[in-house]
Parts: sequence; C-alpha cells; structure tokens
Amino acid sequence: MNVLLGIEGSDESMRTLRSTIERTSEVGDELTVAVVEKPEAKRSQAEMCEQAKTLLEEAGVDAELTTLEGDPGSALVELAERGEFDQLVIGGGTQSPMGKIRLGPITEFVLLNAPTTVKLVR
Amino acid sequence: MDGTRVYPDDTAGPFPSPPVTFGDRDGRTIVVRPFDPDEPQVDALTEMYVQFDPADRAQGIPPSGETRVRNWLETICADGVNVAAWHDGRVVGHATLVPDVDDPAAVDDVGEIAWELAIFVLQEYQRAGIGTELLERLLGHASDQGIEKVWLTVERWNSPAIALYKRVGFEVCGSESFEQEMAIRVARAGEGSQESG
Repeated sequence: MNVLLGIEGSDESMRTLRSTIERTSEVGDELTVAVVEKPEAKRSQAEMCEQAKTLLEEAGVDAELTTLEGDPGSALVELAERGEFDQLVIGGGTQSPMGKIRLGPITEFVLLNAPTTVKLVR
Repeated sequence: MDGTRVYPDDTAGPFPSPPVTFGDRDGRTIVVRPFDPDEPQVDALTEMYVQFDPADRAQGIPPSGETRVRNWLETICADGVNVAAWHDGRVVGHATLVPDVDDPAAVDDVGEIAWELAIFVLQEYQRAGIGTELLERLLGHASDQGIEKVWLTVERWNSPAIALYKRVGFEVCGSESFEQEMAIRVARAGEGSQESG
C-alpha cells in the first residue's frame, strides 16, 4: 500500500509518526511523510523534519520526506490527490483533562475533503 | 490552545448551592447533592455509567465496561468537583469539573485555573429538568470553593445541549471544528451577575 502520512509539530504527531513507521516496517508499505506548517505547534517544521528523518533511519525505513507550505489541511489533501496514494494517515486527536477526544480543524478538513481512505491514529 | 481560551467579560450567576430536593417533570423526587467519593457512592456512580446507553456517549466518554468506567471515575473523583442526582437510592445524573492542569496537587488557587465541565443524565431521566438543576448546582458548589473559570466542549450538532449551556450563561468561544468550545465566568457567591464596563 502507498501511504501518505501528514504530521505537524505536536506530541500527537510524534505518536502518529512512531506508530506509522512501526506499521510500515511490519507490512512493507511505501511511505511518504509530509510535514505541514503549524506555527503554534510545540516543534517547528524543521525540527519535525529532523525527528522524522532520525526515526526513519533508526527503523531502517526508506521513506520520502517532504514539507508542505500553506494551510495544513488543504496542502495534505492536495498532495493526496496528486499522488498515487491509497491511504492518508493523520493523528487521531488529543484528549481533554476529562478524557474527551478532541479532533482539530486540520483533521476535520482532511476527513471531509480527502479523496483517499483516511486513517486516524489513536 | 488552552492558554488562549477567551472567557466572557461578564460573570454569570450566582448559582444556588447544593443540596436540593425537587420534583422533576415526571413527578419523581430527585435529590442533587455534592458527591463524596466514598466507596458506596462511587459504586452507585459506577452503576449509572455501566448502564449508560452507548449511543449517548460523547467524544469517547463515558468509557464502556466497568473496569474502564472505574479507572475514569478514579481521576474525576480524586481531583474533580462533583455533584450527583439521586432517585430511589440510585445515581441518575452526574456533573463534574476537572482541573485543567498537569498537576492538580500543586494548585494553590482554584480561582486561577480553568476547569473542564461534563454532565451526564441517565436516558430514562433525560428531558425532565434534571440536567439544568445539576448544572446550576455544580456551578454553585464550584463558586462556593472559589472556582471562576469553567469551559466545556460539546459536539457541534448537539443543539439541545448547546441551548442548555447558553441558558445557564456559557458563551461560545474558540475555533469551531467537530466540537464547539464554550466558556463561562462564574460569579462569586453573593456577588450577583455583573455587567462589565
């Protein structure tokens, strides 16, 4: 399967990155990692690229790593439309202090607009 | 994103303190009182959530299955402010505030921090006025302890809940996605609601 993973600089994205790399090495998927711009995130786009590069190398996964500028949701959906992707993977939300699952605006946009199957990683 | 939440300038309330005994719209005698997390009460609360209709879950809570419910309630009872509605020795509704901080034990002033609110009423007791009573008594109980800033999220399509929260004084805030965020500034006991400026 040809998988596109979209991440920004949050802990949620770090978890999603780790779990997707693990899955990729288990099943031998083709993987493209796209790091989007989200200025308010904990890690910058450059930091997140470094993290992804390191983790991919450690796992011995040969993936394409790219950065996307502009609005994160639409940039991801656009890339998913251009490429030959079977699945778009993004983070599955955060939890409030109460334990409520919260899905942000990027997730909402991707779910409602992506032409591919979308996977939310919990 | 929590640091940027905007609370209304005006306070809402004051809200009445629990306990209260009242007749609901179906003529049942309901008692709303502060919840003490002793064992029999926690068992009664657990029982309510075990019976909860999965179709009425919101954003993943309450969790399903007794073990998960107990784990979830453990945090809520340890750090939270809670009121419960009782009928015939059963818990039929529950409203809770959970501190929005990493380390609840380190909080000096409960009025400085934000609290997340949630409320659940057992299916057969819904639409009987119990939710409004629970909500108002929880906010009354909270303001007695000095709590001021309360927020919640609600699924955007849940208009009956949004209408209830607005009636009590919550205002829409934050960016809209699948969930709508709402916030309220609770009047201190005896203060009365205040217009600012």
